[in-house]
Amino acid sequence: MTGSFGVAAPYMTPMRPQDILLPTADGLCCKPGNFHIDPVRPVERAVITHGHSDHARAGHGAVLATQETLDMMRLRYGENFAGSTQAIRYGEEIRLGDVRVTFHPAGHVLGSAQIAVTCKDTCIVASGDYKDAPDPTCTPFELVPCDVFITEATFGLPVFRHGDAADEVRKLLASVALFPERAHLVGAYSLGKAQRVIALLRQAGYEAPIYLHGAMEKITEYYQSRGINLGELKPVMGVKKAVLAGTITLAPPSATSDLWTRRFPDPVTAFASGWMRVRARARQRGIELPLVISDHADWDGLTATIAATGAGEIWVTHGQEDALVHWCKSQGLRAQPLDLVGYGDEEESETPLQDEAEA
Amino acid sequence: MNRFAELLDRLAYEPGRNNKLRLLTGYFREVGDPDRGYALAALTGALSFKHAKPALIRDLIAARTDEVLFGLSYDYVGDLSETVALMWPRRVPRNSESFSGHPSPPPSPARGEGAQRSARPTVSITTDSDPASDGRTTLTVPSPLAGEGRGEGYRGRDASDALHPSNHNNPPPPTLTDVVTTLRTLGKTELPKQLERWLDELDETGRWALLKLVTGALRIGISARLAKTAAAALGDKDPHEVELIWPGLSPPYLDLFAWLEGRGEKPVNRDPAPFRPVMLAHAIEDADFAALDPADYVAEWKWDGIRVQAVAGRDERGQITARLYSRTGEDITGSFPDLVPSLRLAGAIDGELLILREGRVQSFNVLQQRLNRKVVSPKLIKEFPIHLRAYDLLGDDANDLRELPFAERRERLETFIGKLDDPRIDLSPTVPFASWQALTAARADPASAGAGADADAVEGVMLKRRDAPYLPGRPKGPWWKWKRDPHIIDAVLMYAQRGHGKRSSYYSDYTFGVWTAGEAGDELVPVGKAYFGFTDEELLQIDRFVRRNTTEKFGPVRHVVHEGDKGLVLEVAFEGLQRSPRHKSGVAMRFPRISRLRWDKPPREADRLETLEKMLKADESLPTIKVAASADSH
Repeated sequence: MTGSFGVAAPYMTPMRPQDILLPTADGLCCKPGNFHIDPVRPVERAVITHGHSDHARAGHGAVLATQETLDMMRLRYGENFAGSTQAIRYGEEIRLGDVRVTFHPAGHVLGSAQIAVTCKDTCIVASGDYKDAPDPTCTPFELVPCDVFITEATFGLPVFRHGDAADEVRKLLASVALFPERAHLVGAYSLGKAQRVIALLRQAGYEAPIYLHGAMEKITEYYQSRGINLGELKPVMGVKKAVLAGTITLAPPSATSDLWTRRFPDPVTAFASGWMRVRARARQRGIELPLVISDHADWDGLTATIAATGAGEIWVTHGQEDALVHWCKSQGLRAQPLDLVGYGDEEESETPLQDEAEA
Repeated sequence: MNRFAELLDRLAYEPGRNNKLRLLTGYFREVGDPDRGYALAALTGALSFKHAKPALIRDLIAARTDEVLFGLSYDYVGDLSETVALMWPRRVPRNSESFSGHPSPPPSPARGEGAQRSARPTVSITTDSDPASDGRTTLTVPSPLAGEGRGEGYRGRDASDALHPSNHNNPPPPTLTDVVTTLRTLGKTELPKQLERWLDELDETGRWALLKLVTGALRIGISARLAKTAAAALGDKDPHEVELIWPGLSPPYLDLFAWLEGRGEKPVNRDPAPFRPVMLAHAIEDADFAALDPADYVAEWKWDGIRVQAVAGRDERGQITARLYSRTGEDITGSFPDLVPSLRLAGAIDGELLILREGRVQSFNVLQQRLNRKVVSPKLIKEFPIHLRAYDLLGDDANDLRELPFAERRERLETFIGKLDDPRIDLSPTVPFASWQALTAARADPASAGAGADADAVEGVMLKRRDAPYLPGRPKGPWWKWKRDPHIIDAVLMYAQRGHGKRSSYYSDYTFGVWTAGEAGDELVPVGKAYFGFTDEELLQIDRFVRRNTTEKFGPVRHVVHEGDKGLVLEVAFEGLQRSPRHKSGVAMRFPRISRLRWDKPPREADRLETLEKMLKADESLPTIKVAASADSH
């Protein structure tokens, strides 16, 4: 395969995976390809899995990502978020230095991708954030067989089993029917989760207008512009309190506990997140209606995916690495945590507080 | 069981008292006998089966799951029942088997530029797709995978119900009555198998509720009082009426519900010596005094003992039955047989249990040695002679005095104690005062304000409104407790541990230390652990500090930076000090709590062990003050 370049392989010994991708302070670095995946600091060449701000940051020299991810970065950071950009489609192959790179659907949010990096005949898949559950707002997760699979572990504990999101939406609609005099305020991360919840509500036959917090208008409009039908949406700003009785409003999680909620009649506070599986998490936030809807794979999803990739070596990142590493080893796989500065610990502590550390 | 579980689940998330009542009353209305009766019993702590030990639950989960994964999960969730409920795997099919029968992905040489990948057309999202294509997605995904959303050889989510146990139970899940009645008669050896069967039959919420029930740890923020109030609301009755007849009732309360629904007579309380719900005091703040008139209040010493209710009554044959209750209504008569003969007059005394030696009240430390003993030996009785110091009278013979004003009850109490004339039972004296200033002085020096030699066992004063009836619960205003000022030191945060329950994702348990001279200069030595006293906002701040300043992790414990110029100083308040050979520092604090965060203070300026040792010396001549478990007896 290297023959197609007409250049001899520059490496004397067989490639070790860490010669292809290596965690550094800047992020996951691909030396032979001269780029970083989801770098946490500005770098010369960045390859980005998806638009969430802990993965997609502004200030890189060149950015390679799906069109949707690039568009979202532009929406969030402005036109000049990077020196230059290049869009890549799912399945399209690009050669960077000595490696070949392909993008594959991750099923996480619109435009999210797993990045397969192949050097000689060793293939590493950096899956970014992913889920194997159905989602009407993005392309389904695609399994990419590989030698080394880099997996997230946000919900990497066997207590996290997310169940069917449609059941959770039914729970929400039952509550709306039960309390027609109250407003329902659903906390949802503004990129991905909010649009998925809206789409699920529409699938469940809910046709009334859905109200939006100002912070999620732009990104939701973008989803609609990509052909995702979300029905009638209205900004909640300026709407009279009485009108909001019996309605559903989506807002960033941080907004559901601040003064902003006073514009709603006796609101029922819901939160759509995988964290809601654990009671203490819901109670800490004063959530009355926890909705277990996650854009990350749950424990069964993680373990099933890892097994199905056929990878013999697993690198585990941001989340509950210990448990997943342990499980991999119990299955006879080589596994280690990938300590990426700027992911794991920060995300965990910020998750309950910050909008963008989505889950 | 699932309906009861659903109720518990809703209650657990519902913050409002009125909404909780609505949910409970709704449940009692909707659910028939005997299930609702057993639910009421569960909520009031009246179920009497032998509780399953947490160790048994651990054994059950250990047999089905990986030990390490369970440990990590438990550490994260912070609650045994919930952890087990969430991770309980169904016996068939097991997760690990769900891939059997499906082809494994091809080995790696087949990949790269291989047929599978190149055969796959480019997947793209287009904006001009037909929105009605399948009602689920408006994306055009021209990939052979799109229909199933799966890769090859990979059995995924929606094709695999087996992976995700659904909420449908098969065989039918047990009812609450099934569970309660089975548990009552079940032999100890049969329990594990039975629990396992139920866990398989119930859904996630059902498993959670079952485990809470069998371990006897519901803890969902519902007091017995609230549950009874909700039951009373079913028949528009005053909850007080239910309280009065409650001691004569037993699960599943068919007679109670019949009365509440107007189908039967009001049940009669036949217990000759029933417990009466206790009246509690609020801690007084400096700002409260301005609104209070000293003339309206009577002051008493706040004794450092155990709050009890001593009740004696005549049964149908005219025999006296005597019982001693803790402030929660637990019958503790068996631990204090030496007091029973003294309770020979029918009545109900509210008072403090103390140890008296040669007429002098001993410290709580001494009293503690008589507590929680399995066997109360004659030697123990002799060495720790029990005493009741009375401060209120709730019943005199068959008369209920609780509606009377305190001043009048006090008169009756004095007469009652005089008539009883027993060396084991005496009157808690009142503390005369004309102004708050005078009371402040008395509180500061009980010995010269009438407490005399017993001053050592005084931990403050109680204020009781002269005209207040005896009200169950903690009404604000009629009773106040005014404890002595706590000790305060500045200590340095050394280790932080994740909390449990509501705080399971926060580092909320703090080990703190003070400076002492070590081999290599000054070093910090741990002197205590505190897990409350801070506000929710402060908890967030400390949590953030801990996460950003961790130097090492040991399981749930984080080692937090603590150097002369780096670290967090905590102002710690505590009630007393004890020498403790078990602690490296040689001292142990009682009732420590975080009173302030000293972001302004560099760690090197925190207190030294010598300061504590000085306090200890001063303290040894002072009363030792009770531990957290009983510190709130008023």
